[in-house]
Amino acid sequence: MSKPRLLEQKFLDYKTSTGFWLYLMTDCVLFASLFATYIVLHPATAGGPTSGEIFSLPMALTETIILLTSSFTCGLALLALRQNNLKQLVIWLAVTYVLGVSFLTIELSEFAALVGDGHSWQQSAFLSGFFTLVGTHGFHIFIGLLWLLVMVAVLFKKGITLKVKRQLGLFGLFWHFLDLVWVFIFTVVYLMGVAS
Amino acid sequence: MKKSVKPFFSPWRVIFLVVCVVIIASLGAFLLLNGKNIAVLNPQGIIASKQKDLIIFTVLLSMIVVVPVFIMLFAFAWKYREGNTKAKYTPEADGNRLIEITWWAIPLIIIAILSVVTWVSTHDLDPYKKLKSDTPALTIRVVALQWKWLFIYPDQGIATVNEVRFPEDTPVNFEITADAPMSAFWIPNLGTQTYAMNGMTSKLSLEADNVGEYRGSNTNISGEGYAKMNFKAIATSRHEFDMWVKAIAGSNSHLDWTVYEELAKPNKNQPVVYYMLHEPELYAMIQHKYMDDQTTNVQQSGMMNHEGMN
Amino acid sequence: MWGRLSLDALPHDMITIGGVIGGGLALLAGIAALTYFKKWRWLWTNWLTSLDPKKIGVMYLVVATIMLLRGLADAGMLRAQQAVFAAGDGGPISPDLFQQVFSAHGTIMIFFVAMGALFGIVNLIVPLHIGSRDVAFPLLNSISFWLFVAGMVLINLALAVGEFSTAGWLAYPPLSELQYSPGTGVDYWIWSLQIAGIGSLLSGINFLVTIFTMRRPGMSFMKMPIFVWSVVGCMALVVFAFPILTATLSMLSLDRTIGTHFFTSDMGGNPMMYINLIWAWGHPEVYILILPAFGVFSEIVPVFSKKRLFGYTSMVLALMAITFLSFTVWLHHFFTMGAGANVNAFFGIMTMVIAIPTGVKVFNWIFTMYRGRVKFATPMLWFMGFVVTFTIGGLTGVLMAVPGIDFQVHNSLFLVAHFHNMIIGGVIFGFFAALTYWWPKFTGFRLHEGLGKAAFWCWLIGFLLAFLPLYALGFMGAARRLDSYDASLGWQGLFIVAGVGLLIILLGVFFQVVQVGYSIWKRRELAVGADPWDGRTLEWSTSTPIAEYNFASLTPVIYRDEFWEQKHRSDVKKPVELIEPIRVPKNTGVGAGIGLLAVIVGFGVIWHIWWLALAALLGSIVIVIVATLKEDTERIIGVDEIVATEKKLRGVKV
Repeated sequence: MSKPRLLEQKFLDYKTSTGFWLYLMTDCVLFASLFATYIVLHPATAGGPTSGEIFSLPMALTETIILLTSSFTCGLALLALRQNNLKQLVIWLAVTYVLGVSFLTIELSEFAALVGDGHSWQQSAFLSGFFTLVGTHGFHIFIGLLWLLVMVAVLFKKGITLKVKRQLGLFGLFWHFLDLVWVFIFTVVYLMGVAS
Repeated sequence: MKKSVKPFFSPWRVIFLVVCVVIIASLGAFLLLNGKNIAVLNPQGIIASKQKDLIIFTVLLSMIVVVPVFIMLFAFAWKYREGNTKAKYTPEADGNRLIEITWWAIPLIIIAILSVVTWVSTHDLDPYKKLKSDTPALTIRVVALQWKWLFIYPDQGIATVNEVRFPEDTPVNFEITADAPMSAFWIPNLGTQTYAMNGMTSKLSLEADNVGEYRGSNTNISGEGYAKMNFKAIATSRHEFDMWVKAIAGSNSHLDWTVYEELAKPNKNQPVVYYMLHEPELYAMIQHKYMDDQTTNVQQSGMMNHEGMN
Repeated sequence: MWGRLSLDALPHDMITIGGVIGGGLALLAGIAALTYFKKWRWLWTNWLTSLDPKKIGVMYLVVATIMLLRGLADAGMLRAQQAVFAAGDGGPISPDLFQQVFSAHGTIMIFFVAMGALFGIVNLIVPLHIGSRDVAFPLLNSISFWLFVAGMVLINLALAVGEFSTAGWLAYPPLSELQYSPGTGVDYWIWSLQIAGIGSLLSGINFLVTIFTMRRPGMSFMKMPIFVWSVVGCMALVVFAFPILTATLSMLSLDRTIGTHFFTSDMGGNPMMYINLIWAWGHPEVYILILPAFGVFSEIVPVFSKKRLFGYTSMVLALMAITFLSFTVWLHHFFTMGAGANVNAFFGIMTMVIAIPTGVKVFNWIFTMYRGRVKFATPMLWFMGFVVTFTIGGLTGVLMAVPGIDFQVHNSLFLVAHFHNMIIGGVIFGFFAALTYWWPKFTGFRLHEGLGKAAFWCWLIGFLLAFLPLYALGFMGAARRLDSYDASLGWQGLFIVAGVGLLIILLGVFFQVVQVGYSIWKRRELAVGADPWDGRTLEWSTSTPIAEYNFASLTPVIYRDEFWEQKHRSDVKKPVELIEPIRVPKNTGVGAGIGLLAVIVGFGVIWHIWWLALAALLGSIVIVIVATLKEDTERIIGVDEIVATEKKLRGVKV
């Protein structure tokens, strides 16, 4: 590739990642608002269950391990990308995807169980806060998985292009960010919820 | 092209200045003539009095900045206008450490002074703070409804709607809740307004210095009838107050939970009503409507230091 | 199938019907004109699908101006009610309608007039100021604009289909919850703002990245025009504050749709949490509005004083201080909610502290005039008016920052007068100054001075007459948002004066409309060159009209006020212009498509037509995915074309 084009692409990478970091900061503020609301509304159980009564630490720990592992496999995928190894890249992306789907499955089953027992978001402010905070994170994971599918489809169609490289880099940032938010959720919602 | 020198007092300028003077004079006359109508500047209670003093102090303090700004703005605009070629012109001058430090410093000092005044006055005027007095305080519990005000006198065993009476020179401890969208309880002649919120109690202490009839209103939009949510606050002599309470005690109107539920239905143009209080726990019951069965009241554990059932 | 939509949704009262017919006729007239002059294709290819920030900026300004007219019409109804009918009983405007009108008035003025004007000017000017050709993410820019339009469409749709919110421009719960507002009004409010808010957020990211990464080589931060600094502060606030709005509106919406209990009165809900969140956004929002206005005046005063800006570094520090501090004051909007003396005092003090850097800026502007040569063209008059009105507003702001005082004047007309002082005196006057200042750059002719001056005096005098009485009324115990009051209170006289003030403002608007029309008609007599004010910053170095690519070559910059230095320094070397092919983004309908789908999503959720909302949401996701995968998004302007354009527009050989 010609030098001007290379510089152009580098600049595009720089602009895009700067913009994406800023977007992640805004997402951070969004989650912060939801966390703040959750914490304030945590005691408002309106005669319904408290956090200690409904959260299962083993399940939350399982979710955490799954998600952390998926962050690791995502990292492996990006390493493969660096080495232009398409096969490894797709494999590790696939593993990440499977782990992400497992995470969502467990989370949705937790939600379904709660709703089935009559403890939906309609029962109290505490439950509203819980479902919305954890649900928003889950929705972000869902969008991430959708993104992942599209990326894999593009990889199959076009192989590793500069554009795909850039977009996968952003995906990695997104996925690690969601992992970080999950660590906070695990701590504030589940760990502290069971302890209180 | 050489411009002819315009006289300072051109016809347009004269008209403009005359209009300005007329406007300012009218405003001044209006304020003087309507003095009594300007409730905030015509305090009838200790709290409103202190607040008026605060207003005057803050305005005067701010003048230290405001007046020079206006003077400089107009002086410089005039002196350095394009047409005045005699004025000094320094197009490259873009800063002066000393001057800049001065106008960071002077406002800083003013704000520092005002901050101290703010800290002290905010604590002094804290609505939760009970007023000190030799006279025992009167407790009145207030319920904001749609679109009227219910006043419960727990110690006197009476209740009123849209009219609250209390003796002069007596601290009145208001405990305020709502069974309506968020409202605000305000008697401008006496001072401080406070929000009235479902399931919570806000507290306010006011005292009237003189006998008189004052206007009270809601300042927080609470639905269609919001503008009609006005009440009378009447300060009487101790003797007249006691007579008034006795008179109500003999009335036939009883306020219990059933009557309350009817009263709480939304209506506008509610006339003044007096009741015998037949349900001593009425206020607590109204507040409890919005609280969950456990004693944890979310508003208690929230960021604000409100008090729940008391 | 159609949720809760039914024929009942059509308006019932004459005033709303009148408004709908009026607006509808205007829309039809526009459509008819476009059809008659066969301009649909032109509109689509030259404007609606353009990713040129100059075009997007103009479109923002057009929408903002139209919304200003609607907001003023709303204001007219409010003043009419309070001056004429409120002291009696009734009048044609029912309390319910009155409450919808003031809720719409505030919401429209802030979100669609002020924000629209802001983004319009930022789009037009920032790329030119930093010497770049475009913003960092041109497609995102277009999407932001169309989301803004989508919000605007929804809030106006509320006139015709359904009702609007009666809960004020911030919709405090529990009034805005289903218990007290079961209709569609609050939902229109929520979705109009949610959609427009996402547009703003994306723009915040866009402009920050633009300013951080696309400045000319040599243009360090301390060499940027102050306007750009003000935009940095503004967009930093957008980026930090708007997600709070997104989260809060979402939670209120969840309360109203799926039965959560965030802010309800019962089941543990906490309305106070909403108030904290909404003002944690709301206070930065008002600084978002004012900072670019400060930036505009920082550009205008030096040019019209023919003198450097006084204290550039101080100004930058002041801007950054204001930006940071604006996050520390939100509680002053609800001192009366009972947070206790310590908390109230802290926030009161922080609020006063913001007055310090603001005051510094005022002094620096005034001292820019000192020993300058001040030309009182219309932009400079707007500046003078700004200092007068904004200082009064600042004084009353400092008053209300003292919790003890606020306890008396909170939610009274005193408060209403204060914030109109700041927004009209600051934001609107700044917008008009910007308009008159930069108009010739983009059009090639000046706006007629005499009419501009007449408009200014009407606005200034009208403003003072409309709002000074409100300060008095506040002190007299008049609360805000009243559709009626007792005649015996003696308030009516002041309301009448306020009404006269609005009429004078409307006269000013009339002058402005005539000014624009007349100036367009007489544009040959009013024609000026590319640098009519002897400007200091890079936008004045371009031709008029400005080439699509802004600058033929991106030569490095050496000085602050680079263009001024190039013109007036004797020792400066003219940089060699290096002409290379330029890539510009191709037009695309993606933005408009997403805007349309956003309207449908909003409408679907408001009316509980879930399948429609879901379908539109899926559609938007698909469009976004397709757009991000598209390869062929730019076209190249070759060197020959650049050389020819430069010869034609600037008469120079490059």
